[in-house]
Amino acid sequence: MSRTSRTIVTIPSTARQGEVIEIRAIAQHDMESGFRHTERGQLVPRDIIRRMVCLYNGIEIFSTDLQPAVGANPLFIFTTIAQESGMIECRWTGDNDYSATSSALLTVA
Amino acid sequence: MKLTRRSFFSVLSILGWFPASFAIAKPEEAELAIAKITGGKSIQAGRVKLIIPPLVENGNLVVMRVQVESPMTPTNYVSKIHVVAEGNPLPNMVTFYLGPRAGRADVTTRVRIADSQRVWALAEMNDGSFWQGYAETVVTLSACTENI
Repeated sequence: MSRTSRTIVTIPSTARQGEVIEIRAIAQHDMESGFRHTERGQLVPRDIIRRMVCLYNGIEIFSTDLQPAVGANPLFIFTTIAQESGMIECRWTGDNDYSATSSALLTVA
Repeated sequence: MKLTRRSFFSVLSILGWFPASFAIAKPEEAELAIAKITGGKSIQAGRVKLIIPPLVENGNLVVMRVQVESPMTPTNYVSKIHVVAEGNPLPNMVTFYLGPRAGRADVTTRVRIADSQRVWALAEMNDGSFWQGYAETVVTLSACTENI
């Protein structure tokens, strides 16, 4: 059974063609680093998001490989050029079958 | 629970064992990680700007921004940005894959910083050249290695 959590993609709702827009993608996740111990000295197993991919109308525009060094509730702010109206979709995948998808609609005037 | 002398010492020995189990990345390890990324190619200094606060109170969530000077046209763009730490348990921190459709090479995220250290950002261009920049930071409360 795959796990999921709350994820949000924030973009401006409208943009002019050719304008550089900012995309903010955040996922709710502990990003357990795998370096922490309990008081009893047991290692807490690593449980992180491994990859995030952002698609603009189905074409990949940005992606990232995450390591334990990425903080809890990973947030990425990046940019793209507004070309045509459509959907900006982000997909997260990670340890223990984690997967999540979130999208936002963009209207290009 | 009654704490006997023996159990007290056994707990101590467990606690004392922790620091040894952490292999904190040394600058050499960061160098090795960078060499692995570049495949031995030479790296030029400049064009990459890594922004992290110079003084960090809590290393668990540090806002990090990487900007690379590039026109970001289909023939001249930044293809990858690698972030490598000198003082984290793992030298590789995060990798971004960009393309000409990004418009700007400017990415912000939040990272964990284990100790006062130098953090490197490497930009790989579409022509295969590498550029680097770095930032120094002082951390008062470090991340990663605390117990829960």
